[in-house]
Amino acid sequence: MTSIGTGYDLSASTYSPDGRIFQVEYATKAVENSGTAIGLRVKDGIVLGVEKLIHSKLLVPGANRRIQTVDRHIGMATAGLLADGRNVANRARDESSQIRGLWREPPTVKELADRLALYAQAYTLYSSVRPFGISTIFGGVDKTGPSLFVVEPSGVCLGYHGAAVGKGRQLAKTELEKLKLSELSMREAVIEAARIIYIVHDDNKEKEFELEMSWAGDETGGLHVPVPADLLAEAEQKAREALETFE
Amino acid sequence: MDRIDMDRLKSGEVNLGTSIMAVQFDHGVVIGADSRTTTGSYIANRVTDKLTHVHDRIYCCRSGSAADTQAIADIVHYSLQLYTQEFGAAPPVSSAAAIFQKLCYENKDALSAGIIVAGWDKEVGPSVYNIPVGGGSFRQPWAIGGSGSTYVYGYCDATYQEGWGRGEAVQFVKNTLALAMGRDGSSGGVIRMCVITEDGVERLFVPGDQLPKFWEGHEVLPAAVTGANVIDPVPMAVE
Amino acid sequence: MDHFPTNWGRPRNDMFDAYGTYPIHQRPDNRPKDTFADSVQRTQQPIVTGTSVLAIKFKDGIMMAADNLASYGSLARFKDVQRLHPVGRYTVIGAGGDMSDFQHIQHILEEVQIAESTQQDGHELGPVEIHEYMSQVMYARRSKLDPLWNSLLIGGFKDGKRFLSYVDLLGTTYSASTLATGFGAYIAQPLLRKAVEGHEDDLTAEQAQNILEYCMRVLFYRDARSLDKYQIATITAEGVNISGSLKLQTSWDFAENIRGYGAQTQ
Repeated sequence: MTSIGTGYDLSASTYSPDGRIFQVEYATKAVENSGTAIGLRVKDGIVLGVEKLIHSKLLVPGANRRIQTVDRHIGMATAGLLADGRNVANRARDESSQIRGLWREPPTVKELADRLALYAQAYTLYSSVRPFGISTIFGGVDKTGPSLFVVEPSGVCLGYHGAAVGKGRQLAKTELEKLKLSELSMREAVIEAARIIYIVHDDNKEKEFELEMSWAGDETGGLHVPVPADLLAEAEQKAREALETFE
Repeated sequence: MDRIDMDRLKSGEVNLGTSIMAVQFDHGVVIGADSRTTTGSYIANRVTDKLTHVHDRIYCCRSGSAADTQAIADIVHYSLQLYTQEFGAAPPVSSAAAIFQKLCYENKDALSAGIIVAGWDKEVGPSVYNIPVGGGSFRQPWAIGGSGSTYVYGYCDATYQEGWGRGEAVQFVKNTLALAMGRDGSSGGVIRMCVITEDGVERLFVPGDQLPKFWEGHEVLPAAVTGANVIDPVPMAVE
Repeated sequence: MDHFPTNWGRPRNDMFDAYGTYPIHQRPDNRPKDTFADSVQRTQQPIVTGTSVLAIKFKDGIMMAADNLASYGSLARFKDVQRLHPVGRYTVIGAGGDMSDFQHIQHILEEVQIAESTQQDGHELGPVEIHEYMSQVMYARRSKLDPLWNSLLIGGFKDGKRFLSYVDLLGTTYSASTLATGFGAYIAQPLLRKAVEGHEDDLTAEQAQNILEYCMRVLFYRDARSLDKYQIATITAEGVNISGSLKLQTSWDFAENIRGYGAQTQ
């Protein structure tokens, strides 16, 4: 019982001697294997984008969505285990409904993300469960304006101007940092988000992917909805063009 | 038996839910009433006249059971005619009130009647008597009665002043009754008023669509049109 | 059971002094002697109540009307209450009876709509689904001896079809081209049937509105829990439109020369 891993990674309820919880770190690895998901908080709304890797050509186009709607005005994008994402989405809908029942107003993205962080954190405490193998980007518009939060497998919840999780997060973050997010419009953000997803996708190593995008803000009347097909096509077209001049 | 079986006696009663009022002024009295008669919440008559003549210069305002108060007013009317025959002169308002009071008190178990008696006589000039359920009699400078009156005690206390003339008294009655009718479901319709002075009785009438206006709640605005302008739900692309 | 809304509950019953104010209200103690008076009461009663709702079919869809009054017994307590509520893009629900229960219904319908829309499967709830859902809710609650004390009209227009149906606190449902709740069921329904039946596909929006206005006026004349301020909801292929409050024109001048209750002339 001296070297790393030995015995201390069998349960989320056991610390290693240097104070780590290996199960949580393994869960983070599950996220890192996943296609990239990004979120942009801009002037008049938010945009979510996902690089959805297609595991099989037999899949129906559009199947296995990774962006889900939590409430009228809030959406979420996940990177990691697909099924965990579904579970968290259902939990988020319940929490949202509870908040509505209590305060009789639409929940803010922050209070919702905070609640889901507590939920995720509870799965780091017991030997009978495993932590969630996903990082979740919550985005939406509420009474405080557009907002964007990320919940990690550890239960950490942080707010962002631009967020990226999954395989290509490092490159995506670099690209996000180049943007003046607080000056962008939602439409511009859709174009940028598509471009970033196309950039981070590794053509050589990876299979095909589908670009999945949603938005919420002034353009959508405050609702979280998929980006309309024509705008999505335009964004993908521009993304491909940008890719040719990239680097 | 300690109590009369009111169920058997009074089921399906026609009620003067009512807002009624009388005010004394320097040379006479103003009396007033709404015009609603109900059975439960059905308006049996929306243009009732609740101001009842019992003598030349003495009227009463009736509230409670329509049948009971009509029967009482008829008896008082008869009694005052008898009085005039006996004494060769008009009866004082105090005597009219005394007869009302006696009938209401001695038959309190059987009656449901709240009556305001008001008029002018040559002994004391204008006077107002309130005879509530139970059969007491109380002389007052102004009196209100009926179910609607409970909503306007505060208004009356805050508004009434001694030494008013006819114009102010009429306005006071009109405003008070409009406020009572606005809040009490058992009151409504038109305002009928009588101004009784030595010279005669003058009838006044305010139609139900020309009542004095007070605060009627916030303006109710049209709801936003839904349907047009709303984003269509996007179905999952599964062929 | 008396399922006539105007007779529901304590404050609506003029015979009973609900607030112990006797004799200030000048009401005699002639409460009905109830065989069950000493038994335990398990079911609530309506407190703040709305009166009739009217609805008819017309050429282009459904039209509904309700006044803006919420009564507290005989007290006209709130005069700016909306009793017509839009549910999504195709449906309007109009409520008589208890207003707190109606607010609860609005909340659960909001929740149901959110649950439906978060699926993003292209399905939306129409009047047919809303009515079916409400009938299940109303029946489930009365089966728990805790009814939602309302009578509801649900009208709408979706996929080229108009829909109009009723559901009440017992879970009873029925459908017709004219519907009326509460007092309206007695007073307005015959008038509506005469004006609408057989003309559902001919009546214009203007004609439909005139019919409803006429019935609302008759109700204002005869229902002691009504108000001359009301709203109209129109549901057509264009969507849901709910008007601002409208004022009824009434006539009273004929009453000026009425005197006494019999022989009186002055």
